[in-house]
Amino acid sequence: MRPQSPSQTVGPFFAFALVREGGNVLVNEKTQGEHILLRGQVLDGDAQPVDDALVEIWQADAQGRFRHPADPNYALADPHFRGFGRSGTASGGFWFRTIKPGPVPPSPVPCIAVRVFARGMLIHAVSRIYFSDHDNLQDPLFASLDPERRGTLVAERQLTPAGVVYHWDIRLQGPRETVFFDL
Amino acid sequence: MSHHESPSRVLDWSVQPPYLYSPYVATVRRAPHHPLVPLPASLLERTGPVYGEGDIGPLDHDLTKNAAKNGEPLGERIIVTGRVLDESGRGVPGVLVEIWQANAAGRYIHKNDQHDAPLDPNFVGAGRTLTDDQGYYRFITIKPGAYPWRNHHNAWRPAHIHFSLIGRNFSERLVTQMYFPGDPLLKYDPIYQGIPNIKARERLISSFDLETTRPEWALGYRFDIVLAGYDRTYFEEDH
Ligand SMILES: [Fe+3]
Repeated sequence: MRPQSPSQTVGPFFAFALVREGGNVLVNEKTQGEHILLRGQVLDGDAQPVDDALVEIWQADAQGRFRHPADPNYALADPHFRGFGRSGTASGGFWFRTIKPGPVPPSPVPCIAVRVFARGMLIHAVSRIYFSDHDNLQDPLFASLDPERRGTLVAERQLTPAGVVYHWDIRLQGPRETVFFDL
Repeated sequence: MSHHESPSRVLDWSVQPPYLYSPYVATVRRAPHHPLVPLPASLLERTGPVYGEGDIGPLDHDLTKNAAKNGEPLGERIIVTGRVLDESGRGVPGVLVEIWQANAAGRYIHKNDQHDAPLDPNFVGAGRTLTDDQGYYRFITIKPGAYPWRNHHNAWRPAHIHFSLIGRNFSERLVTQMYFPGDPLLKYDPIYQGIPNIKARERLISSFDLETTRPEWALGYRFDIVLAGYDRTYFEEDH
């Protein structure tokens, strides 16, 4: 086995290279599924917004399929949906225009994979977003989490004049620290 | 398949830096405190964005040209190349490699960089490319300058190029920095020193490479990267 290369912080000055116009818009008018705005803040141990974080999401299409060869239903995935998005937090938070993914078997509920990078983080943190309008206890991983903490993974659905908004904050530390996974 | 149930660990924490490393002051209020939760490898983590040539522009890998307005950027032109490998030593093709850096004077184009050093009208300092069939990538750029930061008294970052790699699925993801051989600042840099293992640290130092060096034109540096992730056998069996 070759020893893996170590991670280093993304630093404060990544935006001009990594945060591209439209990189947080995963949909176009042809993308299937319920179009949503997903937004929130990255908060530090003093509950202050982190304005130099980078948030990445990865998710299935509206039918729970991925445009990736590891998915047996690869060929059926929505051609108008790549599933990957990146947002900075320079304006106070992150936001994505995306769709509510379909559940990915064997889980009966949808979720989105998240990675967060920031100045002050020598290595990324990985999390997941579940949705407040689903019975997330049906998901074995969600159900296995500490009941006191699993709520940190749930995005709250809000109906606004502009459409469906899900709000989800990432708390890097503090009493409501987000659940992070070893990946 | 068994890997849908059993957590398979990807990160080696004897090699990876911890979240909390107080000499790097910004970690103190940003480090998660709870232990990480093991993650069973579901299809969500076994898939990821797939990039192709259509995502890359012809000058994206050449930072001496991709932002040139009226001439060449100032500084020492260099070639940076290497191979992205998985942990079993095989080249990883199709990896999106993105880099960003300060200019030769140690100044970033980013609006928050207040270092009193000149911007270069012909240099932005961002590039991207895909690894080839064997896992090789190549960039042409300018050797970045060291720059000060406010972590502690008289703190200077060693010259470095930031690297971001997106591999073949969500588990293959690395953001790191490449350093230069013989840099006296490495010894004082808490970001570099935050890596717990000395051998692991040294893997982030590129090596001068005469074979990559192009006569009458530019020095070459070699920087290989080992990208951790779920094992490749899944792909080989199925495809
Ligand atoms: Fe830097």
